Amino acid sequence: MNKNNLILYIGILIFGLVAPYVFPAFKVQLSILCILIVLAITWNIQGGEMGYNTFGNILFYGLGMYLCASVQVGMFFPLAEWTESGGEKTFVHTPTQFFQGMAVGLVVAAVVPTIVAGLIGYSILGLRGHYFAICTLGLGVAAGEISGGIEIIGAGQGFTTPPFPNVGSLEARGEFFYFLSFIVLILTFTAVKAIYSTRFKLILNAIRDNEDKAEAMGIETMKYKIIGWMISAFFCGLAGGIMGGLVGYIDSTDVAFDGREMGVFMVLMAILGGKGTLWGPVIGATVFHIFKEGFWTFFLGWQYVALGVLIVVIVIYFPEGIMGWLREKYPERFGEVVDEADRKAQVEIK
Amino acid sequence: MDFLVFQYPMITVQACLDGILLGVLFALIAYGMALQWGVMNIINIAQGDLVILGGYIAYFMYLYGIHPAWGVIVAPVIMYFVGIAIYKLVINKVVDRDLFISILATFGISILFMQLMNFAFGADVVLANSGYGTTMLFDSNVVLPNSKIFSAFISILFAVCLVIYMKKSKLGRAIRATAQNARAAKILGVDTEKVYAATFGINAALCGVAGALISITFTIHPYMGLPYTIRSFMIVIVAGLGNLPGVAMSGMGLGVFEEFADYILGTEFRIGSVFLLLVLILVYRRFKLSRKREYLK
Repeated sequence: MNKNNLILYIGILIFGLVAPYVFPAFKVQLSILCILIVLAITWNIQGGEMGYNTFGNILFYGLGMYLCASVQVGMFFPLAEWTESGGEKTFVHTPTQFFQGMAVGLVVAAVVPTIVAGLIGYSILGLRGHYFAICTLGLGVAAGEISGGIEIIGAGQGFTTPPFPNVGSLEARGEFFYFLSFIVLILTFTAVKAIYSTRFKLILNAIRDNEDKAEAMGIETMKYKIIGWMISAFFCGLAGGIMGGLVGYIDSTDVAFDGREMGVFMVLMAILGGKGTLWGPVIGATVFHIFKEGFWTFFLGWQYVALGVLIVVIVIYFPEGIMGWLREKYPERFGEVVDEADRKAQVEIK
Repeated sequence: MDFLVFQYPMITVQACLDGILLGVLFALIAYGMALQWGVMNIINIAQGDLVILGGYIAYFMYLYGIHPAWGVIVAPVIMYFVGIAIYKLVINKVVDRDLFISILATFGISILFMQLMNFAFGADVVLANSGYGTTMLFDSNVVLPNSKIFSAFISILFAVCLVIYMKKSKLGRAIRATAQNARAAKILGVDTEKVYAATFGINAALCGVAGALISITFTIHPYMGLPYTIRSFMIVIVAGLGNLPGVAMSGMGLGVFEEFADYILGTEFRIGSVFLLLVLILVYRRFKLSRKREYLK
């Protein structure tokens, strides 16, 4: 790590720590931004590094969301009665119960999706190309439809997560969830950065570039694909658990397994920032979130129209993303040695 | 409802007949998907939304006092031009590229269409009433709406016409040539760009017919598109590209499966079971294919 990078990381860390106090009105937005970055980074492990374009990571996100809330409630109160009572609460979490439940819930929300990913990985990751994309799309929607029919987690009427207990000031809730999501973001980023500096990333790239050749070279591709998916699932589940508490209300198709929103957002953010780079998803998620909030606020009702147009435009005209564009413009910054004669020759070939 | 299927056999007959009549419609949509998949190598996620749009055309005719059955003729004409417009604006830029790009781009179109239809027609579940009455079979134990029989008949008619058209006409031959080898067809003087546009237009027109029939027999809603896409995708992968009897059979099979899932699991799991079936079929296919994997192509 050189000096410039160190300054950058410390700057971001300090910004992250002071941001909720400098912009107190945007605490929820900043927390959502952290979650979105986590989702974009985890999608990038599949779509960017491994070349397996999944629509199904929303499955782990929604699973984490339901699990975290269910554990948080179920540890202290009967779950069925809680969901049945809807908005009117006869059960109230004490602060200790709330935080205990949240901690255990987040662990479960991270671990169970990882196990699920490991179990279904062997069957699903054997599919290639568009079959994989459509299959994962089906998985996400099926999970949403099925969870919408299960009574104990609220079926179609939704599931209210435990309200934040009365501790300290009114600001406490926002700060708690902000720092929680910020910690998860740092955790995800450092973990993924560490992973990307090992042989594992090279194996994933080999799978993306030519899976059959990678297999012929003696790499057990299936094992690494499943491990990659499990890493994604772990952080997706964690993000989902926090998001459930932050939103305060879980609905099967509109919040948890929201393939039309979150499921597309994570793909779009990673592509916008640049697939297959470490910083791409971070930049993409930030740009996308700012754009989205601006648009959602000023043109309410037209947001999905804008989203559809945005997908088409980004995919067709900007598939390399911001990082890809920067790389083409300033190759020296990315440590590529540019030979002028070579560059001219390439332009002529084009 | 759970075990009524077994105790009361007439429900089985009812579900089978319903499923077959429904499946014929699915097969028509799947035929359009197979056509453009085979020719352009594109999977169109917006297929279902084109179907729903076709349905709204028939519904609007119904609102303005024209019998919705005429939608079967009007909807494909309008949808043909909608299809050409989509092709010119978006699809022709993704034809030769990575399949995932086409999936994502058509996903964007799907979201766009969904929301525009929601604005234009409202979020209500609507039905164009054809007033065709019902047919009773087996001492009134099995009730079949005539509109379902009508829609199955029209679907078969359109499918047969299209097959004959593809076999005999010049454009049909050009489409088949392009599907076999686009480059060779180009060398031999086929304007592939035009063929692609026509293929997408024909696909959209088929969706329009199916949509008009669905608006008569079932209900339509702006957000109901994706299940139709998934169903047609499923039918195509089960039947294989260019296997017409297979498409018809697997379409009917899917219809029957859905009716039974509806009876046994309950209506709330109907769509979920369709998506789950897709996953199961793909996984089955993966294990079957992994036995004879080819390394050199």
